[in-house]
Amino acid sequence: MDSKSLTLTLGPSTDRRRPLALTPGEDLLGFIGSYLGRALLFLITGTSVLAVLLILLFVVLRSAPFLQQFGIGEFLTSRAWRPTADEPAFGALTLIVGSLYVSVAALLFAVPVGVLAAVFLSDIVSWKIRNVAKPVVEILAAIPSVAYGFFAVLVLAPWMQGRFGFSTGTNALNASMILAVMALPTIISVAEDAISALGRELREASYSLGATRLETMVKVVIPAAHSGIIAAVVLGMMRAIGETMVVWMASGNATQIPHPWWDLSQSIRTMTATIAGEMGEAPEGGAHRSALFAVGVVLLLMTFVLNIVSEYFLSRAKKATGKS
Amino acid sequence: MQKMLVSALLFSLLVGGLAQAQTLQIEGSTTVGPIADAFAEYFKRVYPDLNITVKKTGSGDGAAALADGRCDIATMSRFMKDKEFKDAVANGTYPVAHVVAMDGVCVVVHPSNPVGALTTAQIRDIYAGKITNWSQVGGPSMPIVVISRDTSSGTYETFDELVMGKQPMGSGVEYVNANPQAHARVKTTQGAIGYVGIGFLDREVKAIMVDQVAPSRQTIASGVYPVARPLFLFTNGYPKLGSMVHRFCAFYLTEAGQELVEAKGFVPLTAY
Repeated sequence: MDSKSLTLTLGPSTDRRRPLALTPGEDLLGFIGSYLGRALLFLITGTSVLAVLLILLFVVLRSAPFLQQFGIGEFLTSRAWRPTADEPAFGALTLIVGSLYVSVAALLFAVPVGVLAAVFLSDIVSWKIRNVAKPVVEILAAIPSVAYGFFAVLVLAPWMQGRFGFSTGTNALNASMILAVMALPTIISVAEDAISALGRELREASYSLGATRLETMVKVVIPAAHSGIIAAVVLGMMRAIGETMVVWMASGNATQIPHPWWDLSQSIRTMTATIAGEMGEAPEGGAHRSALFAVGVVLLLMTFVLNIVSEYFLSRAKKATGKS
Repeated sequence: MQKMLVSALLFSLLVGGLAQAQTLQIEGSTTVGPIADAFAEYFKRVYPDLNITVKKTGSGDGAAALADGRCDIATMSRFMKDKEFKDAVANGTYPVAHVVAMDGVCVVVHPSNPVGALTTAQIRDIYAGKITNWSQVGGPSMPIVVISRDTSSGTYETFDELVMGKQPMGSGVEYVNANPQAHARVKTTQGAIGYVGIGFLDREVKAIMVDQVAPSRQTIASGVYPVARPLFLFTNGYPKLGSMVHRFCAFYLTEAGQELVEAKGFVPLTAY
């Protein structure tokens, strides 16, 4: 580095004749300034943390009247959801099961595809193509969910009826296929990061022991990156379970649990779709509205648990790559 | 459009001299909301000084607001209940009903479906989940896919009240969130049954006869078609002649008013 660039990096205002010690005034200002800065940053960070806590508190408080009146047992075990009937029934079991159905089925589609795509992007394809393909995959996440919903209703639903002879095209399978596509960018992106963070040494060690490329991928790379891959799957599940517009349009919204249980060609209804679809008509202060908030509490708890699980595996993934 | 402008001009010439800065508070039904909105927009064009607000919170809220004097006009998709009327009178308000339009809900099936007529009781049993196959109502052996509007829509409210009565809908009923979507689902699903406002009928879905009456503007306006109901405006006493409230409540009688009612998918009362 020559002397010209050195002065540039130090900046033209650097005055070498200035005394090293600060005056008491400058010292005090600096002291106050650093504390004010810290306090400001703390406040800004604190606001978002506080927001999460306040949301939780708000939702729990709004659901309290319902839980006191009807009890949590019936809410979690009854299948009857008839909020506007003369004798209303608020059994959220079908809604909770519906949410789990579509998210788990979406993962069944998305995980194999997502993990294979991540391995392909990190280990097989050339760097140039990877640099084009990864942003393109991430564009999937930028498509508005209502656009996916229209595709589900107008294209996928008639196609399923015609191709498979389903009596209804808006069903659990339709919703989970769309959710799988929506969860893919998350899964591919996070899993690819985890797999490529493993480093060359591991792969070269495996090759030097005589393993083929397939053996290296399946027996070394994927097991070594399992924490990151699990975190990717959990993040994908959070994406699927919290999605509203697509399930509201694609799942059919029938309050039932499929019978037999593996029949995904039947309509189901999720918690998110119920909240979105019914909040508008539920009168303020009524049991229906606070029942919807109780559904919200269940949804929040589920995403919190998933969030903690994903944090756990992400931190494990970081530790694992840190050691190697 | 030109007709509307000409009549707007005539209308404003007739009564324009009386206009001054005024407010008009309208509150109530989500079903009548689109009509009230369209009328309000028209009035704002004719009387730029007029300040109209339209709130859509539900018929019950409209009745309460009129009784409390919080609004000039309550829009309601049903007649006032006994209790609401008594509460209003106790508050010194005397509610008077004006019917502005008829609301009809047409039951539709896939065009390939041979079933062309059902009774109200049959439709109720289909939506309640008691009848699950078209063969039970004289059609081919094919499971019925039951499609309903979401429970917060006015169309659902009409159907629920006039067809379902007190009966809750079955657990297999699918819910969609707009008239075009209900139309699209029925159009593409062979075994489907659904219901839409009369403005959404076309050749791609088949409207069936209910209790041997086919839905049309005439049968809905005359009340022969069973799934039809009047939509109301309620005022405190009959409005003072020439007042803004009176003009608003009588607006449905004008040609422009009827065109707006039709444009919003409802049926004008007048049969010409």
